[in-house]
Amino acid sequence: MPIASPRAGFLPAPMLVLLLLLATTPFWLARLGLYQYLALEVMVWMLFALGYNLMLGTTGLPSFGHGAFFGAGAYAFGLLQQRVLANLWFDLFGAIVVATALGAIVGACIAHKRGIYFALLTIAFGQVVWFVAVKWHSVTGGEDGLQNIARPLLPLGVTTVNLRGNEALFYFCFALFALAVIVLWRIVHSPFGRVLAAIRQNEVRAAFVGYDVWRYKWLAITISSAFAGLAGAMFALAQQSAYPNVMSLHSSGFVVMMVLIGGGLVSFWGPAIGALFFILARDVLGAATETWLLWYGLLFVVMVLWQPEGIAGLWQAAQRHRAAAARDAAARGGAVTAAGAAPGAGVAAIAKEALHGPL
Amino acid sequence: MALFEATGLHKRFGDQVVLQDLSLSFEEGRLSGIMGPNGAGKTTCFNVLTGRHAPDRGRVTFAGEDITGLPPRRVAQKGISRSFQVMNLFDDDSALDNVLIALPRVRRRGFDAWRDLRADSAAEQQAASVLARVGLSGHERAAARDLSYGERRALEIAVALAAEPRLLFLDEPTAGLGAQATGRLAELVGELKRQLTIVVIEHDMRFLFGLADTVSVLHWGQVIAAGTPAELRENEWVRRSSLGSP
Repeated sequence: MPIASPRAGFLPAPMLVLLLLLATTPFWLARLGLYQYLALEVMVWMLFALGYNLMLGTTGLPSFGHGAFFGAGAYAFGLLQQRVLANLWFDLFGAIVVATALGAIVGACIAHKRGIYFALLTIAFGQVVWFVAVKWHSVTGGEDGLQNIARPLLPLGVTTVNLRGNEALFYFCFALFALAVIVLWRIVHSPFGRVLAAIRQNEVRAAFVGYDVWRYKWLAITISSAFAGLAGAMFALAQQSAYPNVMSLHSSGFVVMMVLIGGGLVSFWGPAIGALFFILARDVLGAATETWLLWYGLLFVVMVLWQPEGIAGLWQAAQRHRAAAARDAAARGGAVTAAGAAPGAGVAAIAKEALHGPL
Repeated sequence: MALFEATGLHKRFGDQVVLQDLSLSFEEGRLSGIMGPNGAGKTTCFNVLTGRHAPDRGRVTFAGEDITGLPPRRVAQKGISRSFQVMNLFDDDSALDNVLIALPRVRRRGFDAWRDLRADSAAEQQAASVLARVGLSGHERAAARDLSYGERRALEIAVALAAEPRLLFLDEPTAGLGAQATGRLAELVGELKRQLTIVVIEHDMRFLFGLADTVSVLHWGQVIAAGTPAELRENEWVRRSSLGSP
């Protein structure tokens, strides 16, 4: 049937490339003069940004307080480990539950808002959570945060694995990351994800074709918070601490910048690209100058002004350009075919376009 | 009893009264028209009838059921669909996806967050057939924003049709269309008229009088005249305001 759309696929090419690149970092990262911990941190931010993009890129909900859920996951992981039960699975699960619950509560208060009012409320809620983390000394440790969060043993039924080393912890987090990315990919391409995209484009029409817009927006916020909570818990494991800084307004702003620079508005993978770019800029530019954020900020301004579709948008434009060039060539080839020369050039061009589909 | 009945509707915004003791009824299988000068309250009337605004007073029933004050999604789920005067499409999506998302079979699976929507080829077939009904075959893949004005008007109706309504409200479907496109639209609406109950707000009297079984004239938020197009041509107010001279 000519109208049949291409399916999303279970493991699309960009996902395989991303997972393969990350999985092999222990073999080549050190040779570039970098260190394994960097890959771990990049992955944590990638997960945070990809989950956040379910709100910003998919549903069109601009949140500037998403650090609250990331932080909630980090603190919950540490507190559960130190005060309730030091079991890795229990603490991880608990961290996700706490962040999700917080997301559900905040979402219930703001899901009926749109645009600038929505954005302002997310800032307000983000600041409230940050303030609580700074001031509630007896629980959160105040400005110092929670120290000495252990990297515990990983119980795997018959055996246990020690996660103390960066490499072991990296592989553990990589498994969680891969699982989370697959789940996110499925969500975005499911009927539910398509409804979220419809709401981003036209909330009024979505209501008039019968969708409960509030409930969908609320679910998007809540699910996005769950991913932030998982990323936060991974961050607590990586840093072996949890501190209020990750909940601050500028930290919440970083994830927005990652998504926009990477191209989250036009691509599922944009946020992952943006997170990589951000952490590399921080470490590479940061090694050269203390004012790296100034340069990064200027770059952000330039991007938003001239390339609002981000790095992924640049890539897509290049792909379109190449496809168009291939079509032109095929058209010329077709003219030659009529004279009996190069059959199949048109098919090749179409196949090429299909292979190099949207990023 | 009429399929859809509104009795004694009042609506005010601030100190401006837009609907005043308005009563309308639409018979099953008929095409009813609503006309009137600019600012007569036609679109507000539609907005109240389809749940966008709750009336201050009055009652709306559909198929014998009281639907007064229900939100748009509940009204839509009952089988009432509408198109918009100012186009309301999912602009980034393809024409096919615009229709797809409005299909009841997709709506019922709206909270399915796991399976790929693209795997449901029966839904895509159905969406494609809705596009074919409004003459948009061949444009399935085009993004809604890239369609021409006339095609977007057709898509606007396709999205409303996709919901498989019992009652279809069309808000000025000819707005901005040229004579040729208006002619094609009249054919389409004439075709739809045989399958479902339709209510049309329209400025274009030739278009409306050619299609409608009955027409209500709205002015200052009240019905000032109602009848068949033939009766209304004789109506003094309609003649005087030159609304009726095509």
